[in-house]
Amino acid sequence: MSAVLADMPETVVPAATKAIAPSRGQRPWTFYVLATLFAFYVIALYGPMFCIYVLSFQDIRGGLVFPMKGHSLHWYVDLFTQVRTGDVKGSFDRSIKLAVIVTIITVVVSFLAGLGFRKRFRGDTIVFYMMIGSLVAPGLVLGLGTGLLFQALGLNASWYTSALGAQLSWTLPFGVLVMFAVMSRFNHVWEEAAYDLGASRWQSVRLVMIPVLAPGLVAVALFGFTLSYDEFARSLQTAGSLNTLPLEIWSMTLNVTSPSLYALGTVTTVVSFVVIGASLGSIVLIQKKRSSSAKG
Amino acid sequence: MKSDRGDIELAGVCKSFDGATYVVDGVNLKIADGAYCCFIGPSGCGKTTILRMIAGHEDPTAGEIVIGGQNVVGLAPVQRRTAMMFQSYALFPHLTVRENIAFALRVRGMSKADRLRAADAMIEKVRLTQFADRLPAQLSGGQQQRVALARAAITEPRVLLLDEPLSALDEQLRVQMRQELRRMQQELGITFIHVTHTQLEAIALADLVVVMEQGKIKQAGAARDVYAHPHDRYVAEFMGGQNVLSGRVEKVNGASFTLAQAAPDGIEVPLQARSTVSVGDKVDIAVRRDDVALVRPGKDLPPGCTTSLPSRVRAIEYQGYFVKVMLDTVPDDEFVAYVPEKTFFADPFTVGDVVMATWATGSALPLA
Repeated sequence: MSAVLADMPETVVPAATKAIAPSRGQRPWTFYVLATLFAFYVIALYGPMFCIYVLSFQDIRGGLVFPMKGHSLHWYVDLFTQVRTGDVKGSFDRSIKLAVIVTIITVVVSFLAGLGFRKRFRGDTIVFYMMIGSLVAPGLVLGLGTGLLFQALGLNASWYTSALGAQLSWTLPFGVLVMFAVMSRFNHVWEEAAYDLGASRWQSVRLVMIPVLAPGLVAVALFGFTLSYDEFARSLQTAGSLNTLPLEIWSMTLNVTSPSLYALGTVTTVVSFVVIGASLGSIVLIQKKRSSSAKG
Repeated sequence: MKSDRGDIELAGVCKSFDGATYVVDGVNLKIADGAYCCFIGPSGCGKTTILRMIAGHEDPTAGEIVIGGQNVVGLAPVQRRTAMMFQSYALFPHLTVRENIAFALRVRGMSKADRLRAADAMIEKVRLTQFADRLPAQLSGGQQQRVALARAAITEPRVLLLDEPLSALDEQLRVQMRQELRRMQQELGITFIHVTHTQLEAIALADLVVVMEQGKIKQAGAARDVYAHPHDRYVAEFMGGQNVLSGRVEKVNGASFTLAQAAPDGIEVPLQARSTVSVGDKVDIAVRRDDVALVRPGKDLPPGCTTSLPSRVRAIEYQGYFVKVMLDTVPDDEFVAYVPEKTFFADPFTVGDVVMATWATGSALPLA
């Protein structure tokens, strides 16, 4: 009985389903070609980093290349205790502080620029292209120029002055571009409605614009933070005597020949992922809070 | 103490965005307190701009806007005591129904408990109690419209301005919400100004229908006046339900004149408001589609009919209680008869039949 029932559709259905939905069950050969391509892409993207993470967990005999020699957390301990590996903790502190300052400035300025560019104004294209120009300018040259300018003006280059400025030349255009995309989804009628209901300009920004744009502003903040935290080229000539973390890692590659370099790489990656995770999490949280308050 | 009256007077109101072309061109209009007024016209005729000027979202280039005896040009919407319902409702997407409705009270600094209580009372009025904690995106179109209405009404405006409020809804809901708008207007007892491009909506709702074209008012009056007695060809064609014929005056005889046409004896038209007609003038006349009767050639015309135009049936559409018969009576122009269903099916025509289109002479209306 059941065999008959099972056979029946097999004899009838395939002819019908093949014409309508050929993808059910068997995939076209192009799927496998593209899937293979994607697998290679993922390996090329994450494989090298993964090697570093794996090699960082060797024991005291460990070297800079495969094969693995034992496994332990030795190089992580070494990283934070040995002085010869450099000022890891100090540079990490500086990088985080700098990234936070850059993030705040980027979010505030991008938001204001987003507001400003809602309407066309005289010279708006010039302002826009000048801003994009600093994205295109080679970072190393820009950093070199900033360093030279500070020297010419008799100012000391440091991570919180010249490096901050050099990094902003990189994060601001990015932030503004993201903000444009975010603003394009903001319906200006909401502002008009707020005005109609008696809201002042400031109330309309505080009670309508910022809450509606919040996920976008988090995205801008994420850009600002990660771009600054990773920044190397522009900081190289502008950070002054105290290194940021990427500069510290770079200098370590020149004189540290132990897996503690890899341990540092792993730690910084973890921090990056934590920040990204927290940002995305907060976006999800904002949306969840809205829908849960809606369910009430 | 400011006036509570919501009567509106527009005096020579003009609006130009570029200084060269006028979107609104010298509009004069009086709207009584507590009236339901519909502005109707094709897109780009300036009706929305007038609405936005009354609302305080645009300033007129020239002219005065007087609400309750006070010139309000330059005042903010709150000072005018007007409230606007936007075309797509413009509900704040991050706020719940209750918070949306309480927004106007919040920005006025009312305490949270007070404003939520006031909002809940308003929510009850628009029958949304069970949706009070939902976000706008979780509501249907009709529910969103009620939220928008409640959000505007909570400010206790003396004039409520509605920008194409029904255009986002589907046909059935539109008819239902139309009644709800009228009910709210009567309940609140305030002036409603409603912009639309659907003539059915306008004549169903309005005490005062204002037909606009290219920044100017073509005709303003009671719905029945505008529909049954259009001033000119534009209004007749825009409001619909009329056949417009044009021709030269052949002879004038006392209380009527004769229009030269394809008919053997011309078309006899009674002289009404239009008193100065002389032979040779080009004149438009309107004949209501439901006044047109169709008679087979050779048969007697119904009593009161002196004009009959031979025509061929071009197409037939069954519409339920009537049948729409399209004829080739006038070259290059539509000529349609709305024949009652029972009359039509007593002796049905088919496409290609030759018929005589006729109407009671008194029902032909000369246009300006």
